[in-house]
Amino acid sequence: MKLVFEKSRPGHASVILPPLDVEKTELPESIGRQSALRLPELSETEVSRHYTELVHEVYGVNCGFYPLGSCTMKYNPRIDEETASLPSFTGAHPLAPAEAVKGCRKVLEEAASLLEEISGMDAMTFQPAAGAHGEFTGVLLIKQYHDARGDEKRRKIIVPDSAHGTNPATAAMCGYEVVNIASAPDGCVDLEALKNALGEDTAGLMLTNPNTVGLFDPNILEITRLVHEAGGLCYYDGANLNAIMGHVRPGDMGFDCVHMNLHKTFATPHGGGGPGAGAVGCKAFLAEYLPKSALMDGGGPIQVRGFAGNFLVVLKALTYILTLGREGIPQASETAVLNANYLMQGVKDVFKPAFDRICMHEFVLDLSDYKKETGVSALDVAKGLIDYGIHPPTMYFPLIVHEALMLEPTETESRETLDQVTEIFRKVREDGVREPEKLHTAPHSTVIGRPDEVAAARNPILKAQL
Amino acid sequence: MGHYLPSTEQERAEMLKAVGLSSVRDLYRDVPGSVYREKPLDLPEGKSEMEVSQYLRQLGDSNKSYRLILRGAGAYDHYIPSIVKYIPAKEEFLTAYTPYQAEISQGILQSIFEYQTMICELTGMEVSNASVYDGATAAAEGCTMCRSRKRSVTLVSAAAHPDVIATIRTYCYGVGAEMKLVPEKDGVTDVAALKELLTPDVASVYFAQPNFSGLFENAEGIIAAAHEAGAMVVMGCNPIALALMKTPGELGADVAVGEGQPLGMPLSYGGPYLGFMAATKKNMRSLPGRIVGETKDAQGRRAFVLSLQAREQHIRREKASSNICSNEALCALTAGLYLSTLGPEGLKEVAEQCLSKAHYLAKELSGIGGVKLPYPGAFFHEFITALPKRDAVLAKLDEAGILGGLPLGEDRILWCVTEKASRAALDKTVRLVKEVLA
Repeated sequence: MKLVFEKSRPGHASVILPPLDVEKTELPESIGRQSALRLPELSETEVSRHYTELVHEVYGVNCGFYPLGSCTMKYNPRIDEETASLPSFTGAHPLAPAEAVKGCRKVLEEAASLLEEISGMDAMTFQPAAGAHGEFTGVLLIKQYHDARGDEKRRKIIVPDSAHGTNPATAAMCGYEVVNIASAPDGCVDLEALKNALGEDTAGLMLTNPNTVGLFDPNILEITRLVHEAGGLCYYDGANLNAIMGHVRPGDMGFDCVHMNLHKTFATPHGGGGPGAGAVGCKAFLAEYLPKSALMDGGGPIQVRGFAGNFLVVLKALTYILTLGREGIPQASETAVLNANYLMQGVKDVFKPAFDRICMHEFVLDLSDYKKETGVSALDVAKGLIDYGIHPPTMYFPLIVHEALMLEPTETESRETLDQVTEIFRKVREDGVREPEKLHTAPHSTVIGRPDEVAAARNPILKAQL
Repeated sequence: MGHYLPSTEQERAEMLKAVGLSSVRDLYRDVPGSVYREKPLDLPEGKSEMEVSQYLRQLGDSNKSYRLILRGAGAYDHYIPSIVKYIPAKEEFLTAYTPYQAEISQGILQSIFEYQTMICELTGMEVSNASVYDGATAAAEGCTMCRSRKRSVTLVSAAAHPDVIATIRTYCYGVGAEMKLVPEKDGVTDVAALKELLTPDVASVYFAQPNFSGLFENAEGIIAAAHEAGAMVVMGCNPIALALMKTPGELGADVAVGEGQPLGMPLSYGGPYLGFMAATKKNMRSLPGRIVGETKDAQGRRAFVLSLQAREQHIRREKASSNICSNEALCALTAGLYLSTLGPEGLKEVAEQCLSKAHYLAKELSGIGGVKLPYPGAFFHEFITALPKRDAVLAKLDEAGILGGLPLGEDRILWCVTEKASRAALDKTVRLVKEVLA
């Protein structure tokens, strides 16, 4: 498909502004831009057609099954978009007087109080713009806490080897040494390994529960107790909160701070990679360390981005929480867990689950035996699924399972869909046995085949030739 | 109660039975009894779509809607062409994840590739990433990417946006690096003071063009001083002003960053916004975040992919320079769409109107007795006035549906004028200010 620049024709344009109605000011030449500004020149029809062409080459949650494990690709309600596009909200200046933005402030207050109740925390910030950004904020709370106490020997953050890569990267951004601990054979935290890692130098533990293999760690209370006993704090990575809302709360499990991905658990859309929102909650004793805006709030101990965060994303999440309410929130979680178990039940005689037991909202398949038999890899299977019209699961994560495919159906899928998906997995498995070459070269139905990623990295072309 | 479950209670009961369980509690059997919630959360009862819609409209209506906004300070009220509002609302763009599966994500990948090209074109830099969270985080990440073992100190101009300064300070605090403020003089970075601060351990200097007060900095002076001392330069820029002003590329900056909100994103009480980041080719592999590259498939067809991933956290874990694993893709798409809609002439027109109207207001205001422009330097679309009865002036404007400039210390106001302000509206503003000061 042609780039927007390749469709550009000199003089094509839209008329957007009226003529200037005051005398024209020119910048002094010493400040002025010297080079040409080579932006595309298009009429509005051409702009519209270009982006429509692009949208036809995107697979969204509205297109079909999207079981991307650890990403919670649930349906994104349109009403959330509608409330977030009300001009009364989109037109609000972040630095307007408090009287003029009462509605915005109420949105933030109300969302904070609902999310505090759901997570079992006492205070909340919406400054972080994403999950990883929330992790950064949360670990900075831990760092400030130890610093304020003059407890300088606490230099280490413990992270299980099943963790998402952002956990160790976050700890490093906060100046901590990362202690990776191996998981137990059941995929949960190895208590002995944890005990060995804990000590006077422990600043804290970062943990996802349910963990990245989709299991709720039954020893969770013992884990948080041990960390606290050693003088560390416990950070809850809310990546998998969609499994447990209304059934158990991070605050009650012994966590001191938590981030929640509003763009996953609270149904705000991912936008092809963002904007999201990583709301961070904490217990009362950490509240004084929460970020503030220098300009909006007159400053605070830390600040992780400008103003108050991705306000419209919070508004979408609030719309969702108010819709579901007291009954709907736990029901969403239990249905997500039910759907995952139902799908696993269907798929488990097709591909081997890494852990064959009741799972939470997602589960991991281990295709290493299948690969040995057929030469067909998890990647090949994922690409083969595309030809049957569904989005592939997450591949090769977590790292502790080989040839992993991780499936998270979410609660917004019907039994019919899950049954059809089971059949599709069966067909792809058979394709791999019968015609492995077909899967090695899949997908075949898409606008491009597998791109050459090695060439892309070796000879980077990162912008168009103009 | 509303919900989005495509299943009935009976279907779910049958599914539960199919997996060999008899109750919901069985699904949560690994959760210890002492913390499993038997009683419901203290949340309000769920509501129908109509009730929620009405309630949130009511909340929105309790915000004040201004006829004219003369306040900027990092959030700019530009006109957003209609098409720029509609296209990003298409469900596929809205609901897709990060484009890991390139074969079914070419639309998003191409939109980011086009965005990267446009950011390079605006900034005059060679490489752009797929965006980060906002302008403040772009600045902080920009400073992070310049640090090395030998050079760890970050210098930040005190004339930059306070939120940007505080964010850079926080990122430095995280990793344990030192940050020092370069004092300002006459509203701009004090280049002589900067030279004093440029010790051999300085990694980078951050300044904004135009700066928080709207003034153009002596960019040549700052960059020459930094480079002479072996430090890199991270230059913050207003993307609309880039249509008219010397680019970071032309000036020789190492990294260009900025707040992309003016490129088609509404004010939205502070977000979602867009952090853009671009660098010289030499610094390409230090850029954080997603980057889209062009390649081919086996049949030689043009294809776009997430590229240079060896820099990132999912590969490097604790050795990654940043933990970022997303971007503001939909905002990047919006920015690309805004720039495609306006084109080069349209963007220059927006910038010229901002510049001209801001100067018109500055001239008219400074003609009122008691109103002074404390800084003599050239400015873009923001400027500071010193005047008596500051609060009374702002209150008077507020009554008339005009959000006046941002009050600062010492009876000062930071005004911002965009293309949206008509001459008539500016004349009215001046009349009201005159009335208060009469």
